[in-house]
Amino acid sequence: MSDAGTVASARVRKHPPAAWHVATVADSRPETPTARRIELDVPTWPGNDAGSHLDVRLTAPDGYQATRSYSIASAGAGTRVVLAVDELPDGEVSPFLVHDLQPGDKLELHGPLGAFFVWTPPDVDEAPRPVQLIAGGSGVVPLYAMAAAHAAAGDATEFRLLYSVRTPEDVFFRDELAALAAAQPSLQLDFVYTRRVPDGWSAPAGRVTKDVLDAATVAAASRPLVYVCGPTPFVEAVAGWLIDAGHRPGDVRTERFGGS
Amino acid sequence: MSFITRGFSGRRGDRDPRLPPGQTLVSDWPVLSAGPTPEVDTADWAFVVRTENGSHTWSWDELRALGIEDITTDIHCVTHWTKLEMPWRGVPLDRIWESVETEHEFVMAHSYGGYTTNVPLEDLLDGKSWIAFEADGEPLDPEHGGPARLLVPHLYFWKSAKWIRGLTTMPTDDPGFWEQNGYHLHGDPWQEERYW
Amino acid sequence: MTKLDGNVLAGRLTDALGWDATAADARCATCGAHGAIAVAVVYLTAMGAVARCPHCDSVLATFVESDGGRVWFGMPGISALEVTH
Repeated sequence: MSDAGTVASARVRKHPPAAWHVATVADSRPETPTARRIELDVPTWPGNDAGSHLDVRLTAPDGYQATRSYSIASAGAGTRVVLAVDELPDGEVSPFLVHDLQPGDKLELHGPLGAFFVWTPPDVDEAPRPVQLIAGGSGVVPLYAMAAAHAAAGDATEFRLLYSVRTPEDVFFRDELAALAAAQPSLQLDFVYTRRVPDGWSAPAGRVTKDVLDAATVAAASRPLVYVCGPTPFVEAVAGWLIDAGHRPGDVRTERFGGS
Repeated sequence: MSFITRGFSGRRGDRDPRLPPGQTLVSDWPVLSAGPTPEVDTADWAFVVRTENGSHTWSWDELRALGIEDITTDIHCVTHWTKLEMPWRGVPLDRIWESVETEHEFVMAHSYGGYTTNVPLEDLLDGKSWIAFEADGEPLDPEHGGPARLLVPHLYFWKSAKWIRGLTTMPTDDPGFWEQNGYHLHGDPWQEERYW
Repeated sequence: MTKLDGNVLAGRLTDALGWDATAADARCATCGAHGAIAVAVVYLTAMGAVARCPHCDSVLATFVESDGGRVWFGMPGISALEVTH
């Protein structure tokens, strides 16, 4: 936990209340070789902030239940909720969502959830701060939601997304991210490919390091709000480097997805 | 008001008449940890039994010198999986208790890392428990509670405290960690004593 | 064993308290450090969820759920939680 005074510097905001909902699968299609984009119709959905997640609860015929959390790729008002689910090899729920779920199926879900790891456009009277988003793999989902919400609000705040991914085929929301960056000078995208780079890419494949971070993110001196999301080891390494670089712990929000 | 999710079958597993109620059979050995895995060197390891009359400590070699035996037993996790006829090796608690005198009827098991669980003494003695060092023919790895864990197979497996460091006798059946947080004080799988 | 953080407890906290307490400030009863529940170190196991202090590793809170839908929310290590909803 951080020291006294560095946590609750933002004023308390009202979030749409969380509740249990019944969702109907409206569409499901491949997002990457291991992930699926799932669009849900949720008539009772109150809308959600960018960065929120929801819990999906599955019930087997014998009454056994399994619940897992998934970040929401969509944000704002409306009853259409978009998820992007990556399949975990030994998972209990993700293989079902990726392979077995069909349009028309109903899912029980709890949300929107996440009072901490959310971004909302600054209020009129708030001094805007630059925002640095750092994504590891499927950790991009809530950060994509933030980038999209930033565009939808017509917000001019400087937004940078550093997105670490294995190969070009593993990029989530590739077209949407490109369109957002093309339409908005305030959004800058930086990709780091860790296993295989696209044709014509000038840098070799390699992981995010402290040097990569220093070169491709908003400087600590600019006091950005930083959101880091991805596998636990990625998040912890990146958060450590950010603190070393001078970002204050209270300015860095993290969400760990587990895994390696 | 949950409804059955079309196409979701949940736990894989087989039914078998040797299983207590509510259990399914598994052949692997799931790892469940509620905290960081303690790493304890056997050179530093010690096992302490504390009673109202004092305490007795054994080093790794001293405890093992009391005599290790082979055990083949079923284990039942409260999370519904059961492994049948699992081979273990360990020192019977009866051997250890030859050096112990107490009027107390209950025991709190203490683990490296702070975990605790309570067990009545009558559920530990008379051939019912061991300090175990090996499972499935291999020394216990830290993920599964190594270098040594308590083994009390006739109770739900959360009572078989991993990373055991000692037993403290007590006059009342005070609840250990999970027992304070929703789980049953006793934990008999055949009575399905899972929760409060 | 996979470590997560307190963000993953949002659903459980909402069911237990009626509001999402992940942004709420909590004080560790063992070492006195405090911070948002979202920053706690969380282990999800079939036995239950355990939230630990990122400073001293002591158990802050637990969630246990029975098959029948009974839920226990334990707070063995939180001295107080700021209610900020």
